[in-house]
Amino acid sequence: MDLTLHIWRQKGPKDNGKLEIYNVTGIDTDQSFLEMLDVLNENLIKDGKEPVAFDHDCREGICGMCSQVINGRPHGPHEETTVCQLHMRRFKDGDEIFIEPWRARAFPLVKDLIVDRSALDSIIQAGGYVSCRTGGTPDANTHPIGKPIADYAMDAAECIGCGACVAGCPNSSAMLFTSAKVAQLAVQPQGKVEAVQRVKSMTAELKAQGFGNCTNHYECQASCPKGIDVKFIAKLNREYIKALVK
Amino acid sequence: MILDGKAPTGPIETSWDRYRFDTKLVNPANKRKYKIIMVGSGLAGGAGAATLGELGYNVDCFCYQDSPRRAHSIAAQGGINAAKNYPNDADSVRRLFYDTIKGGDFRAREADVWRLSQVSNNIIDQCVAQGVPFARDYAGYLDTRSFGGAQVSRTFYARGQTGQQLLLGAYSALSRQIKAGTVKMYTRREMLDLVVVDGVARGITVRNLVTGEMESHWADAVCLATGGYMNVFYLSTNAMGSSVTASWKAAKKGAYFANPCYTQIHPTCIPVAGEHQSKLTLMSESLRNDGRIWVPKKAGDKRPGNEIPENERDYYLENKYPAFGNLVPRDVASRNAKLMTDANRGVGTTGLAVFLDYRDAIQRVGEKTIKERYGNLFDMYEKITDENAYKQPMRIYPAPHYAMGGLWVDYNLQSNIPGLFVLGEANFSVHGANRLGASALMQGLSDGYFVIPYTIAGYMATVKPGEITSDHAAFKESIDQVNAQTQKLLNINGKKTVLEFHRDLGKIMWDNVGMGRSKESLNKALSEIPKLREEFWQNVKVTGSANELNQQLENAGRVADFLEFGEILAADALHREESCGGHFRLESQTAEGEAMRDDENFTYVGAWEYKGNDKAPELHKEPLQFENIHLAQRSYK
Repeated sequence: MDLTLHIWRQKGPKDNGKLEIYNVTGIDTDQSFLEMLDVLNENLIKDGKEPVAFDHDCREGICGMCSQVINGRPHGPHEETTVCQLHMRRFKDGDEIFIEPWRARAFPLVKDLIVDRSALDSIIQAGGYVSCRTGGTPDANTHPIGKPIADYAMDAAECIGCGACVAGCPNSSAMLFTSAKVAQLAVQPQGKVEAVQRVKSMTAELKAQGFGNCTNHYECQASCPKGIDVKFIAKLNREYIKALVK
Repeated sequence: MILDGKAPTGPIETSWDRYRFDTKLVNPANKRKYKIIMVGSGLAGGAGAATLGELGYNVDCFCYQDSPRRAHSIAAQGGINAAKNYPNDADSVRRLFYDTIKGGDFRAREADVWRLSQVSNNIIDQCVAQGVPFARDYAGYLDTRSFGGAQVSRTFYARGQTGQQLLLGAYSALSRQIKAGTVKMYTRREMLDLVVVDGVARGITVRNLVTGEMESHWADAVCLATGGYMNVFYLSTNAMGSSVTASWKAAKKGAYFANPCYTQIHPTCIPVAGEHQSKLTLMSESLRNDGRIWVPKKAGDKRPGNEIPENERDYYLENKYPAFGNLVPRDVASRNAKLMTDANRGVGTTGLAVFLDYRDAIQRVGEKTIKERYGNLFDMYEKITDENAYKQPMRIYPAPHYAMGGLWVDYNLQSNIPGLFVLGEANFSVHGANRLGASALMQGLSDGYFVIPYTIAGYMATVKPGEITSDHAAFKESIDQVNAQTQKLLNINGKKTVLEFHRDLGKIMWDNVGMGRSKESLNKALSEIPKLREEFWQNVKVTGSANELNQQLENAGRVADFLEFGEILAADALHREESCGGHFRLESQTAEGEAMRDDENFTYVGAWEYKGNDKAPELHKEPLQFENIHLAQRSYK
């Protein structure tokens, strides 16, 4: 199939960016979206032009590195799919496709489609862990955890930290990301001990990093390639209120 | 030269405990005077950096990704082994030890494998304490499943995302130390050289991938936890950025590269679809717990799987290996898949695939249960192939997956360069010639949480902290060298892209050094690789400049290193005239076509010393002794 691509090009954070038009031809429907971009880049290099810079790594949909807004949707049109797992069979011959980077104040642009998502790491560093030391931990079966709780924790823990929730949200809120970690740890006995401090410091960091507030648009859930549920935001809010009265 | 692995002697059961008592300690107040570099932030690197930071050392941790949470350990799916014996099926540390030694085809050091088996239980405790949501049964206890090469159920898992959950556990421990200031994290940095002063590792040279700036970092010890080199095959299950660069630069500075030819071809990957394919996707080996592998009995049978009646199907693994069936080790499963496709009994449009069928399992336990066990894998399969594996059998084929070879280390995880330690997949230590399922995660975390914190102390106790810093001339020299190579790459301005060279190299490697290798094919590879390398340095085209984010330049450097490393891999395969695990020499097989070892001549670790691209590398041997488990032909029948 033949496609017309409108791709955001920007040399660096201080430069002006703009959409440039590229044509690719002979794309196979079995190719992934990133493999289609590989073809474009190969052509650009051969023409002596600069290839498009984009973030990607595992190409298995789990590392969370890829970050492109395709036709206005983070990770593109297919639900619960990362860009690297999006295949060209989702598009039609002759399609025009708009490709842009994540856009959020907390994610400064680095180059072309690459943005800096270290603000998400800062949120985890603010308390997204159980403060246990290495070694000296009790036998793993000492504290049974019911299957429904373990499953709930796992549903939350599946977040890949790609930041699509932020890119999809009109407020650039990182509530879904933060809530997933808060919820995963708050429901398990190991994480309960620090739950109050954790939700407070992670929420404070969320604001400090320049993310917006949640106003219940649910775009985060719609954008999430792993289908993380907004119920975790409700859980975060409950945990936060509990923390305030403690 | 005969290498000394420094493994403790005496009864194996107490070897690690005695070692820990005998090793020197560093007083807690002195630990903060020392600086340690950790390159890599996956299971081994992330866990290691976090634990060393927690102990009080100053740790500088580096990764090429934008965040340590993206290390490729995250992609592991199926599970992690431990000898807990929770299922009451006769597992023990000794049995895990036995399975791992045997599974590795008697090419690993006994003491290292014992230690791995012993600390496996601590790993599960540690991860649970961190809040890793392992699968649980309805009573709330940890659930397990079986994996290839074992007859007990010892694999702990978190749905099909075990690697992700364990990595996020290590990442959370690391995040805690970053916050505490004991670990300084450097993201989007790639190590491009090891700085060695008077034979001792003193630091590294890294490129800041955003600004292009070269940076010098010194430390009292350097740890490499940089993963495997399977992208030498171009198509592999590794992440796109996985490379041999850090290890290879260390090798060029004198570190020996051990058993590079031991590569694992994983049996359950999604088959290649077209020529534009950039990578292969693995499907967890745990699928073989419930899926049955088969091909049509008749050669050239192109009917869809569902239309082939039961009596025309050949469940070749179950027939040939009744004791282990579909759960034979990975090398056996891979090789038999290749035998089937070589005999024109492969399935799908390319014929390079076999079926993995869930029909019977779905009839037995229901689609809901199968969905619960493997749902995300079925979804992933459907996204890539557009086929619903609940309704028709999956197609799978082997793909390059894991490197058992790596830099040579002794029992302390120290390379032959003092002060250079190597962890996880980047070292060669515990897998022998074949890695069993669910043992890579175990090794990464074992090295990171429970081995390096003890062994590095023995070294630290012998060095004066901060003796040589980045003011030393060797750091400047290293930067100049790296800059010169970068400039050289940018100046060639040839006609072929980096990707084209990588693809060409991959084809040479897969065709000649892949699942079946012969003297003839290996010699062919050894004559073609240098030619391709020469062409690369004449005709590669790298766009952009050195002083910016330049992904072409990054890739060019990695492929340049693969073009050198590929040759040493082939040379190692050529010298080892025996079949061993995943390394199958066509000249060395039993009458039934199984791999045949030559214990008399090859019971050793082969460690190569780099002598220059135009010179043959020198082979050093570390003889292996098997005092606890008797050398025997592996049989899974």
